[in-house]
Amino acid sequence: MAKLVTLTIDGITVQVPPGTNVVDAAKKAGIDIPVFCYHPKMEPVGMCRMCLVEIGRPVVDRATGELVRADDGSVKIQFSPKLETACTTPVSEGMVVINTSQKVKDGREDILEFLLTSHPLDCPVCDKGGECPLQNLTMEFGSGQSRYIYDEKMHSAKHVPLGDLIYLDRERCIQCARCVRFQDQIVDDPVIGFYNRGRALEIVTYSEPGFDSIFSGNTTDICPVGALTTADFRFGARPWELNAAASICTQCPVGCNLTINVRREAISQGRMAIKRIMPRQNEWVNEIWICDKGRFGYHYVESEERLDQPLVRKDGKLTPVSWDEAINLVSMRFKQAGSNLLTLVSGRLSNEDLYNIRKLTDSLNGKSALYTQMGGGDVVAQVGMSTGSNLANLGKGDVILVIATDLHQEAPIWWLRVKQATERGAQLIVANARSTRLDRYAKYPIRYAYGEQNNLIAALVQLIDPQKFVDAKAIKHLSEQSIIKDTAEALKAAQNLVIFFGNEGSGVADSQVLAQTCAILLATTNHAGKPNNGLIPVWQRANDQGAWDMGWRPPTDLSTSIKEANALYIVACDPAGDDPRLSLTPDFLVVQDLYLTPTAKLADVVLPALPFTEREGSLTSGERRVQRYYPAIPGRTGALADFAIAAQIAKACGITLEERSAAKVMDAIARENADYAAISYTELANVEEQWPIIGRADLYYGGTSYENKQGLGMQLQNAVQKGEPFQISLPELVEQSGEGLLAVPITRLYDRGNTLIPSQLLRTHLVSTVMWINAKEAKQQGVEEHDVVQIECGETSALVTVELEDAVPDGVVLVPRSVGIPISEPCRVRLHITERV
Amino acid sequence: MKTEHVLLRHRDHPEINELENYRKIGGFEVFRKVVTTMQPNEVIEVVKSSGLRGRGGAGFPTGLKWAFVDQKNWPHYVVANADESEPGTFKDREILEGNPFQFLEGVAIASYAVGARAAYVYLRGEFWQIAHQLDRRIQQLYHAGLLGERLFGTDYSLHIFTHLGAGAYICGEETAMLESIEGKLGQPRLRPPFPPSFGLFGKPTVVNNVETLTNVPLIIERGAEWYRSFGTEKSPGVKIFCLSGRVKRPGNYELPLGTPFRKLIYEYGGGILEDHPIKAIMAAGASSSLIVANDPALDTPMDYESVPSLGAQLGSASVIVVDDTVSIDWLINKTVHFFRHESCGKCTPCREGTFWMMHLTDRITAGKASWQDVELLKDVASQMRGKCFCALGEFSIEAVLSGIERFRGDFEARVKG
Ligand SMILES: Cc1cc2nc3c(=O)[nH]c(=O)nc-3n(C[C@H](O)[C@H](O)[C@H](O)COP(=O)(O)O)c2cc1C
Ligand code: SF4
Ligand code: SF4
Ligand code: SF4
Ligand code: FES
Repeated sequence: MAKLVTLTIDGITVQVPPGTNVVDAAKKAGIDIPVFCYHPKMEPVGMCRMCLVEIGRPVVDRATGELVRADDGSVKIQFSPKLETACTTPVSEGMVVINTSQKVKDGREDILEFLLTSHPLDCPVCDKGGECPLQNLTMEFGSGQSRYIYDEKMHSAKHVPLGDLIYLDRERCIQCARCVRFQDQIVDDPVIGFYNRGRALEIVTYSEPGFDSIFSGNTTDICPVGALTTADFRFGARPWELNAAASICTQCPVGCNLTINVRREAISQGRMAIKRIMPRQNEWVNEIWICDKGRFGYHYVESEERLDQPLVRKDGKLTPVSWDEAINLVSMRFKQAGSNLLTLVSGRLSNEDLYNIRKLTDSLNGKSALYTQMGGGDVVAQVGMSTGSNLANLGKGDVILVIATDLHQEAPIWWLRVKQATERGAQLIVANARSTRLDRYAKYPIRYAYGEQNNLIAALVQLIDPQKFVDAKAIKHLSEQSIIKDTAEALKAAQNLVIFFGNEGSGVADSQVLAQTCAILLATTNHAGKPNNGLIPVWQRANDQGAWDMGWRPPTDLSTSIKEANALYIVACDPAGDDPRLSLTPDFLVVQDLYLTPTAKLADVVLPALPFTEREGSLTSGERRVQRYYPAIPGRTGALADFAIAAQIAKACGITLEERSAAKVMDAIARENADYAAISYTELANVEEQWPIIGRADLYYGGTSYENKQGLGMQLQNAVQKGEPFQISLPELVEQSGEGLLAVPITRLYDRGNTLIPSQLLRTHLVSTVMWINAKEAKQQGVEEHDVVQIECGETSALVTVELEDAVPDGVVLVPRSVGIPISEPCRVRLHITERV
Repeated sequence: MKTEHVLLRHRDHPEINELENYRKIGGFEVFRKVVTTMQPNEVIEVVKSSGLRGRGGAGFPTGLKWAFVDQKNWPHYVVANADESEPGTFKDREILEGNPFQFLEGVAIASYAVGARAAYVYLRGEFWQIAHQLDRRIQQLYHAGLLGERLFGTDYSLHIFTHLGAGAYICGEETAMLESIEGKLGQPRLRPPFPPSFGLFGKPTVVNNVETLTNVPLIIERGAEWYRSFGTEKSPGVKIFCLSGRVKRPGNYELPLGTPFRKLIYEYGGGILEDHPIKAIMAAGASSSLIVANDPALDTPMDYESVPSLGAQLGSASVIVVDDTVSIDWLINKTVHFFRHESCGKCTPCREGTFWMMHLTDRITAGKASWQDVELLKDVASQMRGKCFCALGEFSIEAVLSGIERFRGDFEARVKG
């Protein structure tokens, strides 16, 4: 590590690494230097001129190179006549910084006076009022009166929709370029920029549709004024009226840390209501960012369609009943069913729910099944991200392999963190059957045919260790390719290796094998079980990993399992909605969910559950970080947390399960599950100081992202790290076969899942029932853009609209998941045109 | 004393804007000699010892700048600054139209000296016709084997491209110009790093003014000593002075540095229109402090060291002469309007300050202001001082502050109460 630089700031001695700028150095010493344009996550630009300080440097004798000393022996310090911008000035040895002199204060007052000449000062109606850097710094440094003639103010447009999610008030903009730089440098979506010059300099959007970026909401957090606001929170509340609750995003396996801001609302009959979702700092997970799905997609929890009473089918109709009646009926029928009970759950549930429901099912000798389209969670428990890992630690010398997933769409913040790792020098391998947004950062972009993903990894393993997969015919044509040979060399040389795998082009069984081959690759290159190494599953749901850890497994054949069951207990999933042809006709069907889903409509008993915003729980992310969320608002009367419902059914069956609090359930998990032995709600609430320091009184520094006071979570140890033997044997490889057009389901960020549809805001962003095909293949198949075609996969079929897309390989059509197209695994299809416009 | 032009050579040799004519007076022989017989650092040494200083305004020693180019980072670029947007500056245009090949030869020699294989000529948008002419001339050089691959049978190759701006004064500032060439919004970059280490496309780059580069062929041909025979010890050589304002014979005058103002204005410029008394001088276009044109000032030599003794700068030597028909408040209203119009908007003090000063000076010249407004104007200008991101903002207050201080009476006469 490089030698630290010593300087003094307002008399306090500070030691920081060389290259640190004066603002950050001061921050480390607990001294705040006001900034507008500087942001600790971006390079300084020196535009606003707010961070002015006096800077002195030791005088060096040119001839001797020695420090010049005054008579009393102290080093002579020469102050520059001008104030300097602290954000653009790197520290140097012996530097003396003055942050509090009259000269400094005057300089800041001058800058504020300039900024306010053309500022509308409409704080009383501004969303930022109360958490506004400009307002706060004016209170601290500004002059009490204006010398500017009101009539000479320049006026500009006040309600400019940059897109449908973000509004711009041009008058309030102080031209700091934080938003532009965030979009350019951090998320590489350069869709907004400056237009014009001088006082007329204004933010415009270049994209069609406007501000087309899945990270756009973050600009409103870092905008130092009320120029950028979200369509969600605009004119919604004043920041000081809001209460804050810590939470975790449930939309994808990244597990971004959130703060939910709530307020009592007249329009909600005086109930507490959610006003906005904000990022909460966790430098191990999401830093200070979240994606727009996490920010704007929460509205399902406040849907009017939510259930608030148990329902029991009477005379063919679902009729409201008391909890007692419902629970008694359910427990009686479950007991009767015994081993003919099948419980089906999804990774939307918390660890506590999954544990209790599993216990209940096991105690009744029932069967349990995880509703998922992807396998490999048990492999992740062996070689997942090890304790102490942080994607931010990856850089030069490290390798990241991303296979069979489109991270930008499936786990946006992971996409961002991988991109940033490449900027620090990490080498990226992106393997998929088609090009994705991550390819542009990849040193080794690899293409294979859908279905070959396992063989590709096997080929890499074979190139690295010729003893493995010897004579495997299926991989020969892959291991001969020079890019794959080069990739193998890069893998061999990797200091750290992180592998992301998804299920694009695989079914459950295939992706299970993919997880195994990836694990073998990690073991072969000697990376398993080490910090900053491991396998990351790109699950479709936030807590699929928790479900595997709680012992849930996907059934070999879901429809057979369902057919064989007498009683079905379906929690937090909607198989009938996903595939209307699925036959759901057991003797007794219990559905536990938030709404009357298509599956719930078929039920004999419907049990209303609480969403994550109204209860406690914990989730295990794809990086195997267990994180807890807190209740943001009181639970709606009539509904209960899933773990508590399970406990009540259990009680009625004579089984004791913890129902009082999620924390107690976690204690039970810790007692029973060795991986979770160290976890408790107290431990999960631990925090430590993070850099940059954000979310405190100096909102101007990091923005309105929240400080993390409620817990950074804990990353689990994996089996290899714990010293258990690596237990994955080489899988059988199969050669690609099959004729005809292959339909491959892919995950899009804005799908039509039950937890997204109710967010009106995102309506225009949702993917519709389309089918993507390349132009050549379309011609071959005799279809044209905008045709409506019937896509037939075995027994099932759906109507989709044709969209041409170059990135789709020949012989393939892509269809989005979770939009009602009943294709959950790759499948050979036939197309019939039904309508041509 | 100098008889023959060094830069405005078309005045001595008509039609050297045709390649064959330029070659008749030895054109591009220096470039050939340099490429075939000299090492790059030998070229830099000659330019260093000639004492040539940048003619774009800052007067930075040219040879030193070339020597700063980072030798560990490649490729290198040369960019010729033909943005010429300072009000009252019109020298580069005459060179580009009258003596373009000498300029291009200067670009070529500079490129060889710093190891650049590509050079850009950045012209202000309004120079589009000149740019088209220049494109044709560059093509002629390719045809004549004076540009292109493996020149004169050596390993050295050079390509020259023109690039048109879109009408922004700030793009004359070297880093804003680099942004503009890269296709970005013309706003200056944070410095350091300076262009010789981080320039065009992030690569080491030398930016020089057109006039600066046009000096180079003759310096190499005739030697540093010859060049030093003009001008003063610290400001050697010749300079084109752009004379404008209330003079009888405005125009470009190529004179040795150190020539006194009086000689330029009265001898070459023929004195003031209608023989009015001279009142003030702006030596660096709109970016000047106003010099009170008294006798000591008129006798001051125009060089980089002497003009500052008058509380002003030589800058690009765009000498605007002001006589007693001009009220200084009107004059600064014009300059402030110019800077308000050209402020790029990147930094707060200049973006807001020039806008505010415009309103204040508008009211002052309209006779609608009080003395308090003049005081406020002074405050606003002082408040900008030393806080702007680039020199444009700092330039914008020079005339304002010096005008109020040195020509107070003009303001007093304008204000009510
Ligand atoms: C606002 C501003 C405008 C400028 N305009 C010009 C210009 O039009 N032409 C020019 O040669 N230099 C201009 N400069 C100076 C350049 O930044 C740069 O110093 C010069 O081109 C370097 O060349 P030289 O060393 O040959 O003088 C300008 C500087 C500033 C701050
Ligand atoms: S909109 Fe906000 S973040 Fe963007 S430039 Fe304006 S003030 Fe800065
Ligand atoms: S990246 Fe995933 S976890 Fe993070 S905010 Fe977006 S959807 Fe939520
Ligand atoms: S001083 Fe003016 S021209 Fe220079 S960066 Fe600031 S706003 Fe732009
Ligand atoms: S100039 Fe330093 S914070 Fe803006």
